[in-house]
Amino acid sequence: MSFISIQDVFFSYEQAEDGKPVQNAVDGVSLNVEKGEFVAIIGHNGCGKSTLAKHLNAMLLPDSGKVLIDGDDTSLEEKTFDIREKVGLVLQNPDNQLVASIVEEDVAFGPENLGVEPAEIRRRVDEALKAVDMYEYRTHAPFKLSGGQKQRVAIAGILAIQPQCIVLDEPTAMLDPNGREEVISTLLKLNREKKMTVVLITHYMDEAVLADRVVVMDGGKVLTQGTPEEVFSQVELLKKHRLDVPQSAELAYRLKGCGLKIDNIPLTQADCVAMLREAMR
Amino acid sequence: MVRDVSFGQYFPGKSLIHRLDPRAKLLIFIAYIVIIFCTFNFAALAVTTAFTALFLVLSKIPFKFYFKSLKVVIFIVIFTSLLNLFYGSGEALWQWWIFRITWEGIQRAIFVTVRIICLMLASSCLTFTTSPTELTDALERLMRPLKVIHFPVHEIAMMMSLALRFVPTLLEETDKIMQAQKARGADMESGNLVKRVKALIPILIPLFVSAFRRAYDVATAMECRCYRGGAGRTRMKQIHMGPRDVSALVVTALVIAGVILCNIFVTGVF
Repeated sequence: MSFISIQDVFFSYEQAEDGKPVQNAVDGVSLNVEKGEFVAIIGHNGCGKSTLAKHLNAMLLPDSGKVLIDGDDTSLEEKTFDIREKVGLVLQNPDNQLVASIVEEDVAFGPENLGVEPAEIRRRVDEALKAVDMYEYRTHAPFKLSGGQKQRVAIAGILAIQPQCIVLDEPTAMLDPNGREEVISTLLKLNREKKMTVVLITHYMDEAVLADRVVVMDGGKVLTQGTPEEVFSQVELLKKHRLDVPQSAELAYRLKGCGLKIDNIPLTQADCVAMLREAMR
Repeated sequence: MVRDVSFGQYFPGKSLIHRLDPRAKLLIFIAYIVIIFCTFNFAALAVTTAFTALFLVLSKIPFKFYFKSLKVVIFIVIFTSLLNLFYGSGEALWQWWIFRITWEGIQRAIFVTVRIICLMLASSCLTFTTSPTELTDALERLMRPLKVIHFPVHEIAMMMSLALRFVPTLLEETDKIMQAQKARGADMESGNLVKRVKALIPILIPLFVSAFRRAYDVATAMECRCYRGGAGRTRMKQIHMGPRDVSALVVTALVIAGVILCNIFVTGVF
């Protein structure tokens, strides 16, 4: 059984007077995430990806369908906090996620809520801060940190709860390029070294490329999914839904259109250079 | 511009004052406020000033931060001391029109100045050496007996610590909104008082709206981190009343006794 199993979920924020949903934010989504996987969910604003994220830790409950986390149904009220302990959610605005005036005290907030022993909290806080490379800043005030640093502290705050999976809802949307780079490399490190399951919701294609699997959402539905190579080679489909593809994939697509023979769609700059070298021969 | 406030900031450190139990610090602070207003003669004033100097030195915080925090009250100090200077009965030392300086007036002015300055220094010392979490934690523990009458002790402490956390964030936001409104031609620096107060409305409304939106976000983030009220919560930093704290409380008690003795023997009050 998959770690996260989303089964035919429908959800709507508004209900008409007859009780029927006005417009479904999530419109019949089924999706599985395995342990240790790095999944990126991409799509436009309002495509339902953030709403879906909030279903993964029981912040929202489906109108119909089921979300199972490690076999537990999110709609069971007595399981809510077990689920939030297993799946941590990091939100977009780093400022609004930090609740204490000192970095280490903020990271301790989660385990304190769980009633963990003080010595164990200390250990977890230090470990979490080291995992995101913010240990030297443990006695700083959050408002003096940069956006990327704040977001890494927010990630540490979730790590201290010791979840098995971390879901991030557009964590880089409010950051500058340096901050984005810091956050994404932290996530990759967590996934590769600590085998953390990561679900990254983003609208940056160059971030999605780094995932094991990419899920494309549009209008509350899953449009397509697969490895980054599989997804970004469907340039026509993505363009039809006004989604971007990584620049190198775009270039390859256009060159192909000009009659060049290209087998593999490159996703990174290095692959792109290799492809061009190959094509020039 | 609004961000330049050192009052209420916390400077992490390892000094004796930093390591005191925040509950002890809070109690000493309350006792201190009482004694500073019970000084009726120069001897008593000297004792409290010496006490203030003692904990300022022990806090190992650079004095420039204390001076900075005094800047905030300089106007109040000058105003009240001038008021007291001319308001005194007895033999006039100097007189011109309705202004009359008496020995009593000078004395009053000195007392009021020293009191306000000491009070400001002491409260700065408290916030400089105690993190907001420690402070609210101490408050929660000291108010715990009130739980018997169903007073929401934990909730109040949590609200206080969140409020302290968001002071700099909201100040920053105020700055941004002011700049945005100025960029649209808002004029906040000219006109009379009524006009200037009115000019604040376009700043306050967006600030309120965004504060509510922020509060909603913060609540979501707290829920995501398994927050479910005060029941069953533990704290990373345990606070213990140790020998150090007891001796600090004893020293404070001695200072109180000293002030009372000075009052009795020098002036005969009490």
